[in-house]
Amino acid sequence: MTSVTVKARSGREAPPDRGDRRRRDGAAWFLVLPALIPILILSVGPLLYGIGLAFTDAQSGRTRSTQWVGVLNFQDLWHDTLFWDSFRIGLLWAVGVTVPQFVLALGLALLLHANLRMRWAARALAIIPWAMPEVVVGIMWRLVYNPDAGILNETVRDLGLGDGRDWLTGLATALPAVIVVGIWAGMPQTAVALLAGLQNTPQELHEAAALDGAGAWRRFRTVTWPAIRPVALAVSALNFIWNFNSFALVYVLTSGGPGGRTRLPMLFAYEEAFRYGQFGYAAAMGCVMVAVISVILAFYLVGRLRGGDDA
Amino acid sequence: MSLRTSGSARAGQYAALLCYLVFLAFPFLWLISTAFKPARELGSLHPTWIPEQPTLDNFRQAFDEQPLLRAAANSLTAALCAALIAVVVATPMAYVMARHRGRLATAATGWVVVSQAFPFVLVIIPLFLVLKNLHLINSLWGLVMVYVVWSLPFALWMLAGYVRAVPPELEEAAAVDGAGKVRILVSVTAPLLAPGIVATALFAFITAWNEFFFALVLLKTPEKQTLPVVLTHFLGAEGVADLGPLAAAAFLATLPSLVLFAVIQKRITGGLTAGAVKH
Repeated sequence: MTSVTVKARSGREAPPDRGDRRRRDGAAWFLVLPALIPILILSVGPLLYGIGLAFTDAQSGRTRSTQWVGVLNFQDLWHDTLFWDSFRIGLLWAVGVTVPQFVLALGLALLLHANLRMRWAARALAIIPWAMPEVVVGIMWRLVYNPDAGILNETVRDLGLGDGRDWLTGLATALPAVIVVGIWAGMPQTAVALLAGLQNTPQELHEAAALDGAGAWRRFRTVTWPAIRPVALAVSALNFIWNFNSFALVYVLTSGGPGGRTRLPMLFAYEEAFRYGQFGYAAAMGCVMVAVISVILAFYLVGRLRGGDDA
Repeated sequence: MSLRTSGSARAGQYAALLCYLVFLAFPFLWLISTAFKPARELGSLHPTWIPEQPTLDNFRQAFDEQPLLRAAANSLTAALCAALIAVVVATPMAYVMARHRGRLATAATGWVVVSQAFPFVLVIIPLFLVLKNLHLINSLWGLVMVYVVWSLPFALWMLAGYVRAVPPELEEAAAVDGAGKVRILVSVTAPLLAPGIVATALFAFITAWNEFFFALVLLKTPEKQTLPVVLTHFLGAEGVADLGPLAAAAFLATLPSLVLFAVIQKRITGGLTAGAVKH
């Protein structure tokens, strides 16, 4: 029931000619090499190097040579309440963005899938958050949130809801305000991915369910959702990772303020590394972030995949 | 959709769609509005949607305050080089990923997927040290190399999807006609891939043009900095910004991305799903 109909236009293997095999592998290596070398030097290598750095006392601009310090960085990190505060904010942010982003994107995808007349407008506008530089997204929303010249406070005043406030510097409003921006920025991509999933839904099943008298909600539960489930899982997991690793948006909006209320772990690690020069310690933070996120995602995906059988 | 939808449900759908349109559009409209407002209106306590006396002063002032042209030239250089190099190195590898079945293709696909989950934090520090040893810190070339590698996962994913859409029979037919491997790739496969390659290159261009984090860390002197980094200089130390020029510069910096993205939107969404079709 839960299978997606995928256009399998490409399920062909190269002819299984064994004698030819080694030569083909040689040719394959030749074709792969131009991409492989930069990947090894600038992606795989640095990743391993970074994990190694976490076990050293590497600092920037120091003349003394770097020493192995074992798990000292991780012990320090364990007692670093500022880091864990930041980590908690990072999780709040990642969940606070990913979940509404997904729900709103699903709504938009369903609307785009229904034959509405203004669809093209939504498709055109979806480009804006998707294509815009993150820095500009941040700048743009600072203009919206601006206490005096911003449209948000002006609307609040027009509606007679008070004088408005300084959204990005208020202790209570800063995190929700940046979360709204995060939702806005990532929603269209998610909607487009979900729409692609929707377009693979078997239409006949939908019609059959309608004939049986199933209402819109039941049709969604029994026909649409099982079909888009795999896409939905992949998209929400990726969004969670991307949101947790996000940097530029919040850097531009609040730089982590007020009083660290929006200091995401990425900002924290960035400052530790490039303002205070603590490379080893920041690398250890990176390791912890990756480890915790991997564990959370593993639980999420395993739970969902298992739940898929009886849902 | 052949399902009957009642009138009131339809109305509800249109209302919801309208809310989405407003939500998506209003910040951008406000940016444009701010960019064209004279300083006097920006200082007023009751800002309007449509500037009462639209002006280009903000644009002039933006160019005076920050070296926008030089920054744009840097961004253009970095993004063009990164996009070109990315498709040149990615296309052969994508071909192998799509057509071969060995460990190599599996490993490449695995890297593409895992790299999506890569933590920037963990990579940026060693990357900084590696590039420093290569004397490529504060150099556009160092940045270009980083951009190439970071646009590869998406480029490989898209290109492999496009390769799979080329029927292998075409290549086999050419082989029967006696064409060599290289000949086939160059004169049969490559022309069919051309639209996909262009779309991928444009996407890599947009990604590099928009990128902020690596540029912030890797470029130190103002002469080298790219547009997104220079834009943040408008914000000032206290976060008190000159709103008009800020909006004008941000608006200009976005235009290339928006235009190019509009051109390739269909192909990108097509490529996303084509890449998702596995074997």
